[in-house]
Amino acid sequence: MNSATLFGFCGAILVGLGLFGLITNPQLLRKILAFNVLGTGVFLLFGVIARRGAAAGLEGDPVPQALVITGIVVAFSATTMAVVLLLRLYQETGEATISPDDTSAGTDGSRS
Amino acid sequence: MTYVFVFEVGLAALLLAIAVWTIVVRATFAAIVFFMIYGLLAAIVWVRLFAVDVALTEAAIGGGLTGMLMLGAAARLREIENSGEKPGLPMRLAAGMLCTLISAALGIVVFSLPDVAPTLAPMAKANLAQTGLGNPVAAVLFAYRAFDTLLEKVVLLLALVGVWSLAPDRVWGGVPGFRVYAQPSSILVFLAQLLPPIGIMIGVYMFWTGASYPGGAFQGGTVLAAMWLLVMIARLQPVPAISLRPLRLLLVVGPVIFIAIGLLGFVLADAFLAYPAGYSKPLIIVAEATLTLSIGVTLGLLVAGPPEWKTQQ
Repeated sequence: MNSATLFGFCGAILVGLGLFGLITNPQLLRKILAFNVLGTGVFLLFGVIARRGAAAGLEGDPVPQALVITGIVVAFSATTMAVVLLLRLYQETGEATISPDDTSAGTDGSRS
Repeated sequence: MTYVFVFEVGLAALLLAIAVWTIVVRATFAAIVFFMIYGLLAAIVWVRLFAVDVALTEAAIGGGLTGMLMLGAAARLREIENSGEKPGLPMRLAAGMLCTLISAALGIVVFSLPDVAPTLAPMAKANLAQTGLGNPVAAVLFAYRAFDTLLEKVVLLLALVGVWSLAPDRVWGGVPGFRVYAQPSSILVFLAQLLPPIGIMIGVYMFWTGASYPGGAFQGGTVLAAMWLLVMIARLQPVPAISLRPLRLLLVVGPVIFIAIGLLGFVLADAFLAYPAGYSKPLIIVAEATLTLSIGVTLGLLVAGPPEWKTQQ
């Protein structure tokens, strides 16, 4: 196993971890955080493709690398938007969670 | 097995352990701090994948700005921390199985990638001389796929418009409610006076060197944004009202110049965003310089959030 494959597995596991956090954590801020972990995993997979494409004296294929840079910027924009939406939701409703069994949002006494 | 590979296995294990902690730890504040460490470790992984440009971006965004944004949000949500029910055990088991399956499938894909990897590196290298740049990643961003980069900057501006539009009507055009510390400590003020000159120099250097070596407009702009935010947190400079005309000018100057250079391509070369032969490097540097400035201001205002007061408090 070379280092590209090693970090590839690492990226694959991070995608699963991020998805798990996204599904199971009821707090929206933690969901956004988990989604960012998931995103890093996807970017790492891109990085592995780039590293494997090393040719012509370059240590990696610059095209996927540039795509990842663009991806990180767009992910940050989306994260900001999500966080601000969440804060606005909190201002309006006093809640910032989603519970799986809670169909009538905001009426139960789950606040601690 | 070489020492380097042992180091890499350790790095991967540490990254995964911190990612697990980020997901499962109960306190939100701890999760965010772990996420910032996670971003910095991911940057080291990018260095090991020989993608230093990406490493700089990941460290600045993943380790820096995202963490800062999240800390600000967590501070506001402190009252309702740990509210909400965790899903039951069957649900968590099902989610765990689904996620394991997805990770396993991706792992199999990684393992069965073709032996001869498809690559555009030879083409990127062959045309590098025409762009006048030395950094192939910068060449992809500003020459081969400049349109992507232009749209990316527009996405940043659109995100800012989205953030601002979430403000209530009565404070429109007012001052963002950016406050991380109510009372800045003397250490913070000292750092906010000491670091900006160095930080600004590093930001400008990152943009300038990006043409030939790892670096670039985005990484440089992020450092500039960080310095600006530091000065605002320490209250050495007030948070500006979003209706300020010079501020709005700074936001759009980068994209506007970039689009103007693109349109110039119709006249002087033969397509949108095509550079006339021999002038590509100076044009790219002009576009990058203005973009660095615009990116810095945009990122700073994105973290500062929507307006909350009509006038300065």
